[in-house]
Amino acid sequence: MPPAMIVKVTVTLKNGVLDPQGRAIESALKGLGFDGVAGARVGKLIELEVAEGTARETIEAMAKQLLANTVIENFRIEMP
Amino acid sequence: MKAAVIVFPGSNCDRDLADAITKVTGRTPAMIWHRETSLPEGLDFIGVPGGFSYGDYLRSGAMAARSPVMQAVIEAAGQGRAVLGICNGFQVLTEAGLLPGALMRNAGLNFVCRNVQLSVANTQSVFTSHYAAGEQIIIPVAHHDGNYVADAATLDRLEGEGRVAFRYAEAVNGSARDIAGILNAEGNVLGMMPHPERLIEAEQGGTDGRRLFEAAMMALA
Repeated sequence: MPPAMIVKVTVTLKNGVLDPQGRAIESALKGLGFDGVAGARVGKLIELEVAEGTARETIEAMAKQLLANTVIENFRIEMP
Repeated sequence: MKAAVIVFPGSNCDRDLADAITKVTGRTPAMIWHRETSLPEGLDFIGVPGGFSYGDYLRSGAMAARSPVMQAVIEAAGQGRAVLGICNGFQVLTEAGLLPGALMRNAGLNFVCRNVQLSVANTQSVFTSHYAAGEQIIIPVAHHDGNYVADAATLDRLEGEGRVAFRYAEAVNGSARDIAGILNAEGNVLGMMPHPERLIEAEQGGTDGRRLFEAAMMALA
């Protein structure tokens, strides 16, 4: 097996898509006395262990075909 | 009507759906496991049942939509076979690209499990022809992710083409334009969050779901 590298794919909701979990977090933070929170959005972080040298295009294809639903979500890829 | 019901790990309405089809049509549907790569010959109707396929991992319906059997379902839909996705089945059909939009967490964050009033918005499809336009019917819902989302252009197109099959007649989950069920452009694929298979006989508390299966049987038999 070739040496592995960790690629991070962050999946976030598109602007304008209602995020009730984010709203709940925002109001819970206010309930704890943190008044400076104007908004909260919940996303996902997916860490992939892939072979060193895997092309960004391959990760993008993974994100488009499965990791994100591009109807409602954006994704961001971080490679080492 | 020759029918099949798809079964994923985590499906839990598959037997209810099979029972409803059997009671209405007199024929027992084939139960098709998600690992299958083909469907029986000569199918008229494919049911994608409710439940929590693959534990709702990643997103509701996301894993099931990429399972081997769904390639066969997509092909069958393309050939004009009737495909009905209920609840998690609706989520699977959107994730598989057979229907537009997506189903998000309910606006109130609660799992909603109760009878709801629906308004019938389309009476032209193989599934809805036994309802009257604007008819109010009662069908139960049981879901956490039923909040239908699509961009404004898609919503306009669905409404303009008469592809909204059912709307909620009361506040349920925050769905855009109160959409409870939609059809594909050809009208042979219906996805809906409410569970018509749960109201087939009076003993279940009502029969408003029965006419959906009767309509399909009359159109397809």
